[in-house]
Amino acid sequence: MEKTINLKLKIWRQSAPDAKGELVSYDVKDVSTEMSFLEMLDVLNEDLTKKGEEPVEFDSDCREGICGTCGIVINGIPHGQEKATTVCQLHMRHFKDGETVLLEPWRAKAFPVIKDLVVDRSAFDRIISAGGYISTKTGSAPDANIIAVPKPDAELAMDMAACIGCGACVAACPNASASLFVGAKISQLSLLPQGRIEAATRVQNMVAQMDAELFGACTNIQECEAVCPKEISISAIARMRREYVKAAFK
Amino acid sequence: MTLDSKIPAGPLAQKWDAHKAAIKLVNPKNKRKYTVLIVGTGLAGASAAASLAELGYHVKSFCIQDSPRRAHSIAAQGGINAAKNYPNDNDSIWRLFYDTIKGGDYRSREANVYRLAQVSNNIIDQATAQGVPFAREYGGNLANRSFGGAQVSRTFYARGQTGQQLLLGAYSALMRQVDAGMVEIFSRREMLDLVVEDGHARGIVVRNLVTGELESYAGHAVVLATGGYGNVFYLSTNAVNSNATAAWRSHKRGAMYANPCYTQIHPTCIPVSGDHQSKLTLMSESLRNDGRVWVPRKKGDKRPPAEIPDEERYYYLEERYPSFGNLVPRDVASRNAKQVCDEGLGVGTTGLAVYLDFADAIREFGEQTIRERYGNLFDMYEKITDENPYKVPMRIYPAVHYTMGGLWVDYNLMSTIPGLYVAGEANFSDHGANRLGASALMQGLADGYFVLPYTINDYLAGVKADKLHTESDAFKEARNAVTERVNKLLAVKGKKTVREIHRELGHIMWNYVGMARNKEGLEKALQEIPKLREEFWSNINVTGSDKNLNKALEQAGRLADYLELGELMARDALNREESCGGHFREESQTEEGEAKRNDEEFSYVAAWEYLGEDKIQALHKEELVFENVKLTQRSYK
Ligand code: FES
Repeated sequence: MEKTINLKLKIWRQSAPDAKGELVSYDVKDVSTEMSFLEMLDVLNEDLTKKGEEPVEFDSDCREGICGTCGIVINGIPHGQEKATTVCQLHMRHFKDGETVLLEPWRAKAFPVIKDLVVDRSAFDRIISAGGYISTKTGSAPDANIIAVPKPDAELAMDMAACIGCGACVAACPNASASLFVGAKISQLSLLPQGRIEAATRVQNMVAQMDAELFGACTNIQECEAVCPKEISISAIARMRREYVKAAFK
Repeated sequence: MTLDSKIPAGPLAQKWDAHKAAIKLVNPKNKRKYTVLIVGTGLAGASAAASLAELGYHVKSFCIQDSPRRAHSIAAQGGINAAKNYPNDNDSIWRLFYDTIKGGDYRSREANVYRLAQVSNNIIDQATAQGVPFAREYGGNLANRSFGGAQVSRTFYARGQTGQQLLLGAYSALMRQVDAGMVEIFSRREMLDLVVEDGHARGIVVRNLVTGELESYAGHAVVLATGGYGNVFYLSTNAVNSNATAAWRSHKRGAMYANPCYTQIHPTCIPVSGDHQSKLTLMSESLRNDGRVWVPRKKGDKRPPAEIPDEERYYYLEERYPSFGNLVPRDVASRNAKQVCDEGLGVGTTGLAVYLDFADAIREFGEQTIRERYGNLFDMYEKITDENPYKVPMRIYPAVHYTMGGLWVDYNLMSTIPGLYVAGEANFSDHGANRLGASALMQGLADGYFVLPYTINDYLAGVKADKLHTESDAFKEARNAVTERVNKLLAVKGKKTVREIHRELGHIMWNYVGMARNKEGLEKALQEIPKLREEFWSNINVTGSDKNLNKALEQAGRLADYLELGELMARDALNREESCGGHFREESQTEEGEAKRNDEEFSYVAAWEYLGEDKIQALHKEELVFENVKLTQRSYK
């Protein structure tokens, strides 16, 4: 049932990429528990605008947990405490009246802050462009049913393909490693027969780009899996390693 | 200005092949000398960018998101249609064509729709080759499901995330071309004007959303793949950044806007919970395969759904439309939901909802099967509403979802400005007055993979591959116009926020230009919208500056355009004194309350030409010619 709560927010404010940031406190009153977290911030921003203050910048787009645009570290956890939930799908019914809530941007060397809670994740695009694809030209594909894929492989590939590229895995990892993101793409494509052909160069090029972007190494801490809104399994990283070893022996 | 649809002569099934054979080609060596600007990286934009780059053109690709992978095509859930006939249920190109043209209530071009059905199969092949993990049968072949408006199973899907997977496929093809040096990506850029030189589209002015700087880009052709304008209604299933600005500014530069009143209200969305609501969430209509739609028969029946016995439940779609039942097309399902709620039979706290009940399906197939089919949708529903749809029926209500109208294009997808192409939801071309489920993905990818890469050659072959520059008077004028506008927005310093005015616009649009429209209401909207526009320009409050990331400023610019587009939508709806598809004029209905077309007078595309600030657009008509299908009153009974 709908009720209302009051919260104290401590939000990271940073006016520009090279500016010094700081935590600023805001009181928000009469927050409906039916609201999503971002709607709560919308209301705060309305109030700030009315007072002539600059609203808090944060990224979001689909607001239904699929585009991967949103991302805020809430009380130390990327996307907040609810499992398998992006911050746009996090609802205020999970917060207690009177609670203090800390909001910070993704923090990683490879994700520089642009403003307030908005970060630059273009490193992910560069990793995909290094090899996260199957080289097939438009128009050159054979009939789709020529490539039969065992159902379990197709299902597992789909599990891996569910990644929304939000970067929570990086934000959660003490080493700021992108291994879950990269592993998921490599797993999806290597599980499908059409993706096997380039499997070796793909894993080598993507891993090289990941390192070049200053993401850290994976030391099996598993925080990434815990925060992933799409519950991508850490087995993705194991598969990536196997592919990497296989590629080295080619 | 006359509208030439450039539909090729000859029998329907041979038009596209004949046209392709007649299209001029650009020598492979010369292709590199041409630059094509593509705005938007959804299904249409990403697939066009990748495919044109593969051909050898130099492509510059722009998106407002931080990455091309996030375009709103990603949120499409249910599936993509194709005429593969894998299930052997007698599907065919003809049948897909026929269903689409009938579903669109005979307000689209035969030739376009037929081509769409023809290339539909190639799309499935292409996506599969890219590694899109479509659902499969145990034998390893692709699986199909059925969808509204069709009696065959022709929809391919990847769980409830088909749009995401197809978009990531197109995105991967795009990024491959980035790697190959054929595409440059410009993300966090918003197109704010089109540059027209000597009557030809030659460039764009964009705002760098991070630095605030205006940047100009020149190209030999420009492609808009910027999506629909559903956010005019404030609340819709569109993403919060989806907007009409690129299309609208191009309209003001000479591209005609076609059928703006055709908006699709999707029947299965999660109902509004309060004023804070920032967007509406759709539940894929594939749910109607297994869910049964009902309301209590008695007005004001407040019992929990489980306590209402079967004979006291009104399964209104099944009763009213025995042969299609819960699978009637979207416009019919939405209107019926509105009707039963207007009659006071609605459920939930607001009374603006109906049940979508899975109890029978769970009993028949088991919870596990239902979970496999719709697991992620059920989870999403539970997250938002805090109710478990495996136990209690979902509550749903219609919401604005898709806009069939858009910039007018000819058969080649070229707008009324030579060199300006429009693809995907941004154009008006293939869905008539109502789009069938699982057809948006099909059209976006058809345009980008298989239509534009052919038709654009025809234009470029006639354009000199001259050196590009951005210092002409046309560029300067466009930049000045944008600067002036941005400054104007910041200078008002009034009392109302962008959201407040947008919400007000949404109310006007939903009440008068929504699911049911009438003369009186539309005339009222035509009075209210200009008033609101005036208030916007005299009382809007945009904080911050134009020198850095400023979302309030972005949103203000978009709202300014909605305040003009909304008026045109109302004008178009007023002009069309018939009901067709998603456009329901209360004055024009059958005795049973169904939409009644008036083919004598309205079998045309309404294309509106911009004539200047504060002038009423001029209406041009493109008559629709039907040589292959017989126009009948749609019936899903
Ligand atoms: S805004 Fe798209 S996932 Fe949150």
